[in-house]
Amino acid sequence: MTVLSRSLRWLTAGGVAIGLAWPAIVPADSLATITLGYLGMERPDDREPLSVLDPVLDDEGLQGARLGINDNNATAQFLDQEFVLHEAEVPQGGEVGEALQSLIDQGADWIVSGLPAEALLEVMAHPALGDRVVFNAGAPDDVLRGESCHPNLYHTTPSRRMLADALAQFLGYKQWDRWALVYGNTDEDRILAETLRAAAERYGHRIVGDKMWPHDPLARRAEGGFHAIQREIPVFVQDLPEHDVLVIADETDYFGEYFPYQTWAPRPVVGTQGLVATPWHRAHESWGAVQLQRRFEKLADRWMTPRDFAAWLAVRSLGEAAARTGSVDRDAVIDYMLGEEFELAGYLGLPVSYRTWNHQLRQPILVTGPRMVASVSPQEGYLHPRTPLDALGADEGESQCRF
Amino acid sequence: MSILTPRGWSPVTRHALLGLALGGLLALPLAAQAERIFVSNEKDNTISVIDGATLEVVETISVGRRPRSMAFSSDGSELFVAVGDDEAIDMIDLETLQVVRSQASGDDPEVIRVDPNRPYIYVSNEDDNIVSVLDYEARTLVTEIPVGVEPEGLGISPDGRWLVSTTETSNMAHIIDTETMEAVHHRLVGARPRHVEFTHDGREAWVSAEIAGTVSILDMEETFDVKHTIRFDVPGVPRETVQAVGVALTSDGRYAFVALGPSNRVAVVDQQTYEVLDYILVGQRVWHLALNGDESRLYTTNGVSGDVTMIEVDGLRAVRSIPVGRFPWGVIVEP
Repeated sequence: MTVLSRSLRWLTAGGVAIGLAWPAIVPADSLATITLGYLGMERPDDREPLSVLDPVLDDEGLQGARLGINDNNATAQFLDQEFVLHEAEVPQGGEVGEALQSLIDQGADWIVSGLPAEALLEVMAHPALGDRVVFNAGAPDDVLRGESCHPNLYHTTPSRRMLADALAQFLGYKQWDRWALVYGNTDEDRILAETLRAAAERYGHRIVGDKMWPHDPLARRAEGGFHAIQREIPVFVQDLPEHDVLVIADETDYFGEYFPYQTWAPRPVVGTQGLVATPWHRAHESWGAVQLQRRFEKLADRWMTPRDFAAWLAVRSLGEAAARTGSVDRDAVIDYMLGEEFELAGYLGLPVSYRTWNHQLRQPILVTGPRMVASVSPQEGYLHPRTPLDALGADEGESQCRF
Repeated sequence: MSILTPRGWSPVTRHALLGLALGGLLALPLAAQAERIFVSNEKDNTISVIDGATLEVVETISVGRRPRSMAFSSDGSELFVAVGDDEAIDMIDLETLQVVRSQASGDDPEVIRVDPNRPYIYVSNEDDNIVSVLDYEARTLVTEIPVGVEPEGLGISPDGRWLVSTTETSNMAHIIDTETMEAVHHRLVGARPRHVEFTHDGREAWVSAEIAGTVSILDMEETFDVKHTIRFDVPGVPRETVQAVGVALTSDGRYAFVALGPSNRVAVVDQQTYEVLDYILVGQRVWHLALNGDESRLYTTNGVSGDVTMIEVDGLRAVRSIPVGRFPWGVIVEP
């Protein structure tokens, strides 16, 4: 029941937004329609940004999908096509299958997922899914692009490995190749630490020492503020060997924000806090990105996040393929998306497209501080026989994905 | 390409030096040309004025914030500059080289074009999905024409009948009838279409696409369809950096020049066969192009290296690079 009522609420809001933005200029019966479903999950209560400056968001991803629908329909109106979005959110402890079923009952032929990896795998295995394509716009796990890959699963959010490689390339450019690594005690952070080690090896860096930050996520913000932090952090990192950068692996944002300016040695903090590799950031305004930022802010009254961007890319991929093929047929759209001709403008300077071997969207990655973009990877000089973008993430030869 | 270049020597500098050396030896180029070249510096909020005879910046005009596209008034007395962050068109008196007035243009004006018959300026307003039509004599807003998402490029036919607007996210060319001020045809072109240039006989509109790295040729006589797509393949340069932006067409129907963005090349295309004839190395991130009055020279703005390259059309050689302000965007030569 919770699923349904939420879904109805979202649907109403989405419907109104679409109605206002794009009055139909063609009678509805002649329109070829693509119906999508956005499948999100309620934010766990303990997942809040560490800095009080970051807003706590409950519509991340969903707003990106909504903007993608608006953008698609702006073009579709000239092509007698139409995009419709239905929305469902899995409550904490709720059934993923139930939410998926509600979207399918409303006619969703394509699914955009904001789910974490485990729930996403549940969706992929669910009998109700049929041969529907799912876009992963939320889970960075490499295993979803590797051993657990699926022919109907596409990834618009970059993998951890892509982000780690993007950062490693930039640090290579800077010749900051001695890393000290501090990682959190969550499963995600242990995986990320492994991924960072792999990226360091690929790009010729050395991890001179590493430590786990023993921290209870429930105690966040109750630490006693900077008085304790100021004493605690330098002591914690003091025994790390001489390094150029301190690399933080804290995906759930529960301690990394404490580290900048508190280190023992005067070294920059990079990784998940400080200088970060990310597919999207508010400070990014090059290549027309300012237009996308403004459109999003008009719609959502907040900044666009990486998860919004991934959902937008998923919806726009369908829009681009449907416009180019003049078709809303599933197979025609997929063929085009995977073909040589597919090039989506993602406001990142280079066209983005799907890797055929694991359906990961290849994309430039921003390397940015909290307030200013420092660079965009791939960095100049890191070459690849196909495209420099394929130097980020698992390449064809090393991919464990077998469709 | 710049990967292969030793640090500290941009390709254009090397090329320019080579050009100068050759020029000095052969005493060929740089014949006196009494013309002025105007360059909009997006990050400096200025217009650089280059003297065609000396190929040096002789004047720097302060304008509003984020100047990009420029156009001359029909009588040639004023230069119009779209200043995006001021949401206005600055108007420069070509005698005094001062901004004499400014007209509100709607949100974020990027590209402007002037109607050959009426005192109208067409403005693409990226944020509002419209093309605004301004009357620069009456100083009024004539109308707003709805188009797709993020209107960018604008081209007007020599007779003023057709206006083509490209939308960057819709990836379309919208063909607007300037009698009724309505978009009557919509055609898909390459990804992120940037610029529209009509052939001088008005029979074709050339539409460049930045992300696709293509130029689509629209038939403007009958079908308004894309009748050909030109692709570019610069040897030794990553495919993704080949991005088509500015287009200039010679009036004799011989050459088309296409600025290829971060590949740092200008493509030379046969206007009749659409065959790519050559690639000319210029400065970094070449953006827009302009031919001079007698079409003996082509000027390019190179955004990242902050300079303008002068190419001699006869011989298709880059001859000189001229430092201007930060992020030069547009270039236009006084007729």
